[in-house]
Amino acid sequence: MTNNYDVIIVGGGVVGTAVLMQLSRYNLKTLLIEKEDDVSCGASRANSGIVHAGYDCVPNTQKAYFNVLGNRMFADHCRELDVPYRNTGSLVVCDEDGLEGLQVLLEKGKANGVRCEIIGRDRILEIEPNIGDAIQYALYAPDAGIVSPYKLTIAQADYGVLNGGEIKASEKVVSISHEGGHYTVTTQKGVYTSAVLINSAGAGCMEIEKMLGENLRPISYRVGEYFVLDSTEGKQVSTVIFPLPTKAGKGILVAPTVDGNVIYGPTSTPVEKGDDVSVSQSGLDTIKAGVSKTYKVPAFRKVIRVYAGVRTEVGSDFVIEKSSINEGYIKLLGICSPGLTSAPAIAKHVCDMVLGFISATAKSELKSLPKHKKFTAMDKEELDQLIKEDPRWGRLICRCEKVSEAEIVNAIHSPFPATTVDAVKRRVRAGMGRCQGGFCAPRVIEILARELNIPITSVKKGGEGSEIAVEPIKSGIATGEEE
Amino acid sequence: MRYDVAIIGGGPAGMAAALSAREKGATVAIFERDVRLGGILNQCIHNGFGLHYFKEELTGPEYAKRFRDKVEATEGIDIFLEAMVLDINPQEKTITFVNPEKGFTTLSVGAIVLAMGCRERTAGAINMTGSRPAGIYTAGMAQRLSNINGYMVGKKIVILGSGDIGLIMARRMTFEGAEVKMVLELMPYSAGLKRNIVQCLDDYGIPLKFSYTVTRVIGKNRVEGLYIAPVDENRRPILEKEEFVECDTLLLSVGLIPENDLVNDKGIQFSPITSGAIVDEHRQTCVEGVFACGNVLHVHDLVDNVSEEGTIAGASAADYAMGKLSMGNKIPVLAKDGVRYALPHYIYEGEDKVRVYFRVGQVYKNATLIATSGGEKVFSKKYMILAPGEMGFVLLDKSKLKESVTLSLEV
Repeated sequence: MTNNYDVIIVGGGVVGTAVLMQLSRYNLKTLLIEKEDDVSCGASRANSGIVHAGYDCVPNTQKAYFNVLGNRMFADHCRELDVPYRNTGSLVVCDEDGLEGLQVLLEKGKANGVRCEIIGRDRILEIEPNIGDAIQYALYAPDAGIVSPYKLTIAQADYGVLNGGEIKASEKVVSISHEGGHYTVTTQKGVYTSAVLINSAGAGCMEIEKMLGENLRPISYRVGEYFVLDSTEGKQVSTVIFPLPTKAGKGILVAPTVDGNVIYGPTSTPVEKGDDVSVSQSGLDTIKAGVSKTYKVPAFRKVIRVYAGVRTEVGSDFVIEKSSINEGYIKLLGICSPGLTSAPAIAKHVCDMVLGFISATAKSELKSLPKHKKFTAMDKEELDQLIKEDPRWGRLICRCEKVSEAEIVNAIHSPFPATTVDAVKRRVRAGMGRCQGGFCAPRVIEILARELNIPITSVKKGGEGSEIAVEPIKSGIATGEEE
Repeated sequence: MRYDVAIIGGGPAGMAAALSAREKGATVAIFERDVRLGGILNQCIHNGFGLHYFKEELTGPEYAKRFRDKVEATEGIDIFLEAMVLDINPQEKTITFVNPEKGFTTLSVGAIVLAMGCRERTAGAINMTGSRPAGIYTAGMAQRLSNINGYMVGKKIVILGSGDIGLIMARRMTFEGAEVKMVLELMPYSAGLKRNIVQCLDDYGIPLKFSYTVTRVIGKNRVEGLYIAPVDENRRPILEKEEFVECDTLLLSVGLIPENDLVNDKGIQFSPITSGAIVDEHRQTCVEGVFACGNVLHVHDLVDNVSEEGTIAGASAADYAMGKLSMGNKIPVLAKDGVRYALPHYIYEGEDKVRVYFRVGQVYKNATLIATSGGEKVFSKKYMILAPGEMGFVLLDKSKLKESVTLSLEV
């Protein structure tokens, strides 16, 4: 039967897909099940995109261990996947009264083996000229960086699929049974079995725990809201600027993104539900107040988007362990910040755990992901040649981000294909710019319908029931050509 | 290949500029992103266009077609379609574009006319709170989907903002069987034309709520409803009066922004009020040889005025390219006391007459618009009503002007 796997991973966030990628290097039959229609639909798409240095974690915790290890792996990991990563360094800044707080961080950083130092205003200004006027000291961590969290997650999924892994999207796990040394995972569409089961279901991780009769831990959620600024602001910030952290989190940061924008955020507000990503006015007001303390040139008039993501916490540390009840069940719970940074290290660790359950040989040959060709990253000669071979490279669909039709088509036909407008947007940035898809969304819809051979009215923004053009106009369309 | 005049944008401004530049004897290239000339007019299938320019009432596509036919029939105007201008160099006078046919190309030109139009302000730009599901559209995007692509965007619709596109879409969606529940306007007055409020809302019984806004969007994958609330005098919502409106669609008509991103870093000075370039009466920016017209210069309410502005910019660009543009001493045009802006920002000394366009900052009744220069009134006109949504103009006699001229309102 084709529905038998060695390993089933539940949840296609940055951790689940990193595990899929890692396992795809071995002769293992692996399936990832994701309830949404794309990977990276939960916390992995809506976070700060920071590759943390690791000074903030309590020493001798899983968070500290995986953060520091993940940080060291990150540049190579991104290079292998052709995902943009920038080593920006980070600053935790404070005014005259904050020096003690910085000392505490410095000590933690040292204990965790993180390169960091406390610097004064003059050196801060060399690193970041637009720092707030009251700022006197900073903890500088040169090894911090930035990455696009959803591009990384998608690339990991692509790599996994290219190397033989499978992903079932739009399938929600409804029940799991563990009998005769096998897990039987039932979704609304199919039944799948495996020897090893991995729970990387993020906000939904406790539902999986419940299905397996595990001893349940308390779970809580915090929403983090953000502003995204126009790429014209990109040159204003070169590093990640944090305030002194509090119990609620690392505080409201100002950071560049690898795509040239700037983000302000996040808030950290407890919420009831793991999928409540609404943005509140009070949250936005909190960010406005926070940013102006550390950063001299806030530009709220240049905001192009607000968004929010939910962090899932299960206790104060990551839970990365084998179940003591269910043999072959690996749980990855509460992978909140610094989960993105930790993902490559967690995946490697989990892979070793899996190999402890099932022996498997490494594949002798692995396929590399093809380079992501981008209109904006090519020179004239290269573009001219490409356009001659395929005129779609010369047809720019997204004017703000300069995305060609060819890039969109490639995303729709990638190893793990984009099937929605949002999925295209996350892969190639059509609709990510200042007009937010006002001009290009109708054309992206047309391309999706054509390439997937589905009606325009079936093209979704992202998620069940999210069609953008809902039905044909009854009266037909007037072209105005006849006079 | 060299052209005397390169025109970026093939909408009404660009087409008018092309024709007038060609009439002056210049060779012209138009660069248009879409597959046909006409710009946003092609999706404006309602009537009301051309009353001033053609003295008859046309639909948007008809108005566009009159210009397009002329442009296409005129020798000496080359049209590049699906062409995206990537960069201009105003000093070297080059223009770099890409399209599927020509690939990546750089051309030398004598003058450049900016006619890129504007874009719509988005939910993100107004910091819309709540969720971000499908069902939120800018009014222009919904208009494109219905009138070009032929699809409805929803069935129960709320419109935020009473700009003209929002008003037009209220009627359009009602025609097609949707229920337009209400139009909400943050300000105590509309930014749209009075005739559109009457013909698109009043005639269909669609309520227009002034000093109201959307406070939260509800719905995970598709809009399920909105919370709305009245706003106080500082435009902050009064949350005690928040109420829920069930709907599946939110259309936004909350402002248009001149799309100057291509030229932001080219030394052109911009007006913080219009977000367009500062120009002289030839519609020349402070960078010599670069002209601007239409909605990229300032957002218009009537296409007729856009065509006229395009005509001025195109003819001036042709003159410039052929070394015939007369300039001289500049007289600054200033705006104050209720006049939000006046355009052009500079006129040249002379003996002829010049039209200066203006917009007011709020609704005024029985107000007098006056122009003063050198301490003397050089123009005055009484208006029963002046509204921000309707651009006006004054005709100034240059011979009466001293070192500057100021437009203001007496209420």
